[in-house]
Amino acid sequence: MTVRTAELIMAIVLFVMSVGLMANVYFGDLVVGWIAGRGPGAGMWPFWLSLGMAGASLATIIRWFTGATPESRNTDPYIASETIFLVTVSAVSLLVMLILMNVIGTYFTLVIYMFFFVRILGNHSWFTTISMMLGTPLFVYLLFEVALTKYLPKGLPFFEELFLVVDNLRYEYFY
Amino acid sequence: MKALKYLVAGASALAITAPAAMAEWQPRKPVEFIIMAGTGGGADQIARLLQGLIQKKDLSPRPFIPINKPGGSGAEALRYLQDKAGDNHTVMMTLNSFYTTPIIQEDLGVDVTEFTPIALMAMDTFLLWVNTDRDDITDVDSYVAAVKEAGLDWKVGGTGSGQEDSVLTAMMEAEFGYDVTYIPFPGGGTVAKNLVGNQIDSTVNNPAEQMEFYRAGNTKPLVQFTGERQAAFPDVPTAKELGIEIEYYMQRSVNGPPGMDPEAVEWYTNLFQTLFDSEEWQGYCKSDGLTCETMLKGEELATFHENQKVAHEKLIAQVGAAAITGE
Amino acid sequence: METIIVALGSGLVEAVQPLNLFMIFAGCLAGLFVGCMPGLGSVNGVAILLPVTFLVPPTTAIIFLAALYYGAMYGGAISSITLGIPGASTAVATVFDGRPMAQAGKADKALMAAAIASFIGGTVSIILFTLFAPPLAAFALKFGPQEEFALMLLAFATFIGLGGDDIPKTIFSILLGLVLAAVGFDIISGKPRLIFFDMVEFQRGIGFLVLAIGVYGIGEMLWTLETTKGSVQMHKVNTGWKKIKENFKDIKLYINSTWLGSFLGFFVGTLPAAGATPAALMSYGLSKTFSKDPDSYGKGNIAGVAAPEAANNAASTGSMLPMITLGIPGSPTTAILLGGMIIWGLRPGPLLFTESPDFVWGLIGSMYVANFVTVILNIALIPLFIRVLAMPFTLLTPIIFVLCVLGVFATTDRMFDTWIMLIIGVAAYFLRKLNYPVAPAVLAIVLGPLAERSLRQSLISSRGDAMTFIERPISLTCILIALALMSYPLVSRFLKRRKAAQAET
Repeated sequence: MTVRTAELIMAIVLFVMSVGLMANVYFGDLVVGWIAGRGPGAGMWPFWLSLGMAGASLATIIRWFTGATPESRNTDPYIASETIFLVTVSAVSLLVMLILMNVIGTYFTLVIYMFFFVRILGNHSWFTTISMMLGTPLFVYLLFEVALTKYLPKGLPFFEELFLVVDNLRYEYFY
Repeated sequence: MKALKYLVAGASALAITAPAAMAEWQPRKPVEFIIMAGTGGGADQIARLLQGLIQKKDLSPRPFIPINKPGGSGAEALRYLQDKAGDNHTVMMTLNSFYTTPIIQEDLGVDVTEFTPIALMAMDTFLLWVNTDRDDITDVDSYVAAVKEAGLDWKVGGTGSGQEDSVLTAMMEAEFGYDVTYIPFPGGGTVAKNLVGNQIDSTVNNPAEQMEFYRAGNTKPLVQFTGERQAAFPDVPTAKELGIEIEYYMQRSVNGPPGMDPEAVEWYTNLFQTLFDSEEWQGYCKSDGLTCETMLKGEELATFHENQKVAHEKLIAQVGAAAITGE
Repeated sequence: METIIVALGSGLVEAVQPLNLFMIFAGCLAGLFVGCMPGLGSVNGVAILLPVTFLVPPTTAIIFLAALYYGAMYGGAISSITLGIPGASTAVATVFDGRPMAQAGKADKALMAAAIASFIGGTVSIILFTLFAPPLAAFALKFGPQEEFALMLLAFATFIGLGGDDIPKTIFSILLGLVLAAVGFDIISGKPRLIFFDMVEFQRGIGFLVLAIGVYGIGEMLWTLETTKGSVQMHKVNTGWKKIKENFKDIKLYINSTWLGSFLGFFVGTLPAAGATPAALMSYGLSKTFSKDPDSYGKGNIAGVAAPEAANNAASTGSMLPMITLGIPGSPTTAILLGGMIIWGLRPGPLLFTESPDFVWGLIGSMYVANFVTVILNIALIPLFIRVLAMPFTLLTPIIFVLCVLGVFATTDRMFDTWIMLIIGVAAYFLRKLNYPVAPAVLAIVLGPLAERSLRQSLISSRGDAMTFIERPISLTCILIALALMSYPLVSRFLKRRKAAQAET
């Protein structure tokens, strides 16, 4: 896909999204007009601003046809083939991290995540890999759970119980 | 030895993923203390005070973590608690949006009578406040006269359409037969500031939100919407004394998700009873104009919630949901 | 005046007691550390405070708290500069120029400028606080919704010219930010708005940090990965003492912006409901507008780092004013602080100054000392922060991603926001590649809710009469300044052109 094609597709997507937002407000039982003696209704701000967004996207589409923007004349690939791997892997790894956090909990996810990035992607030594795999969860635990009293997602009950074994030790011997 | 004991306990907990209720239930992990309002408000202050006291007095083996879920006037918090059904490590600090929000947002699908009642920590009260600059207003009669003269130019501040004070404002409109302009602000503190700065003409605030301005002589209460005069305001008449049929309170209760284990409920009830009886809590109640005589719990509190829910349904039907939601 | 000096003196003496001094150091360090994590700010740091308060007397606790607050404020700039992710919402404007400077191998200069500007901002603010607290509190009371709206208009006016060169895309970005700001429960009508897929979580709205971390943490990171083809390795920077001394001399480049930020920040911070984030953004915008070389902003101008940093520090001191004098929190942090004061049995309100002078002056005294300690610590730690930039990308990237996810989670305690962050981040990456500017959307989501709410409050209170904004003197002044600012770039361009034309003839 070239930058030129991407520019048009993006403008169309944004235009449709803006119209969708307008519809969401309009059919959401909100007053999009001015209420006498009260000023703008609840839907006025989002509705008319979404209309503006639709207008701006339309302008981009028109400028695409007239070739006014540099992007609309650019026939380079939108995402270069040599970087597509790196960007996709990073984005997908984030997605997988969020899913795993809900299933096996934050700490086990961190261990796997670090192994993946440091060892598989980074080809670092086993020493670096293992210190990151153990160091990151420890650091996160000390910062978020001990110091800031947060309770990070622990995943399914089975994995939560595993974590609690460690957590209990802490309450037993430390603060 | 202790370490060994814990390893064994941990291992057995693993073996049975749903551990059998122990004789003496105790939290096994940090307790989520949900607050159905934002930071800095009355409910938030109370929850953080209670959390601090629990930690200070070492009443719980695991900490209470205050978590604010202010979204949608408590809608987010109610739904969250509903979805946590059967969880023994979540409790919620509630206010009256506990009743009003499920009525106004019908499609929320939350029935608060299903929640596990734990403890009614206090009843907060409402008073009608005006700025002390208004020399012409000395009592309710002169207030009503002033409002009627101003008509819609009379500006009443509040914490948002659908909130407790908007319900009370709507009740007053019906009672006195006037119409006012209601302006929502984020939080009772901001309302109080706008009253002191004469940006609004009157408000129905909780005592805690106005107390310091009252002591400094910036604002004055005209009437209290309670059954009897409060110790903090001995010279302010109640609505009943003046023949006005309005009595309205804000409940400050702690509730758990539906289907909590009875052992856990017992533990929490005892915990909050200890807090309730503490010197610190009683002192806070006194200085902030809260009523904390006896702590309702269990069945009593369930009945209380049921009555309040019916009363709010009636109130909202009476004044009309439109009067509360504004548009 | 004399009483102020005596009271302040006793406050300072209190602050340098051995235990208190130790707590100041501990607080500053803890604050710096928490503040430099993306998403975590002084709000989270306050959690550290609670256990401490049971060990020490209230005055010591509040001193610790003030130190923590200052430390977190300084810390916010560190991740903005080194990682390009705003450490806190107040530090978002610091990213605009701090990030390009770091990429150009001038991270040490940027960090130094941030530290010094923060120090000046904080100091100016405390002095003003000491001298004028009561009259300023009285002034803040005159600020109704009309004035708030006029102030927001003024803030928007300072951003003219902050966008990219593609006008429709810049407009789109601003509007998108404003619309996203409207997502959630509307307190004015009591109705939920823009609830997608009927998910109740949307009633909370889309938080500023979720958007900012999504855009800068995820989106920019992906963009950097692509542009550098994975070799995200910054230039190593020499950080000896000599270099520090040399960097100190840069101060003349940004001293004017620092003064501007300091006074503006304090003033905006004292207004209830405004807070430090709009103050920092306005300061950046104004500094750019009045700069001799506005085009260099956003490309690594050191004054673009100093202006917002001075302002956010000044404003966070300023935001203590409504809290202490009126009992109204100006920011979420002060809201929790307020709760802490109640635990100690102190009543924030108009009488606090007269009823608990030891406490108030102890707090003010410790603000002077904490500010001083933090700047020293911060400058001393610069070499350590710089080392982060020398890490290979396969180590730095996972750490940044993990901190972004957990930072977002920690602000609201829900996974929902981390999903939103990921979606926004990926979208920002695709938009960014097509030359859509992202900064305007981030600015708009900060100011959008304040602007809309104050506009509607004003109109409800005037019963739909728009003249209300012109009839009130403070609001009128703000609007006139805003109009002047909006036309300033046009006028100055016109004047330049005329000059050029005259020179030709």
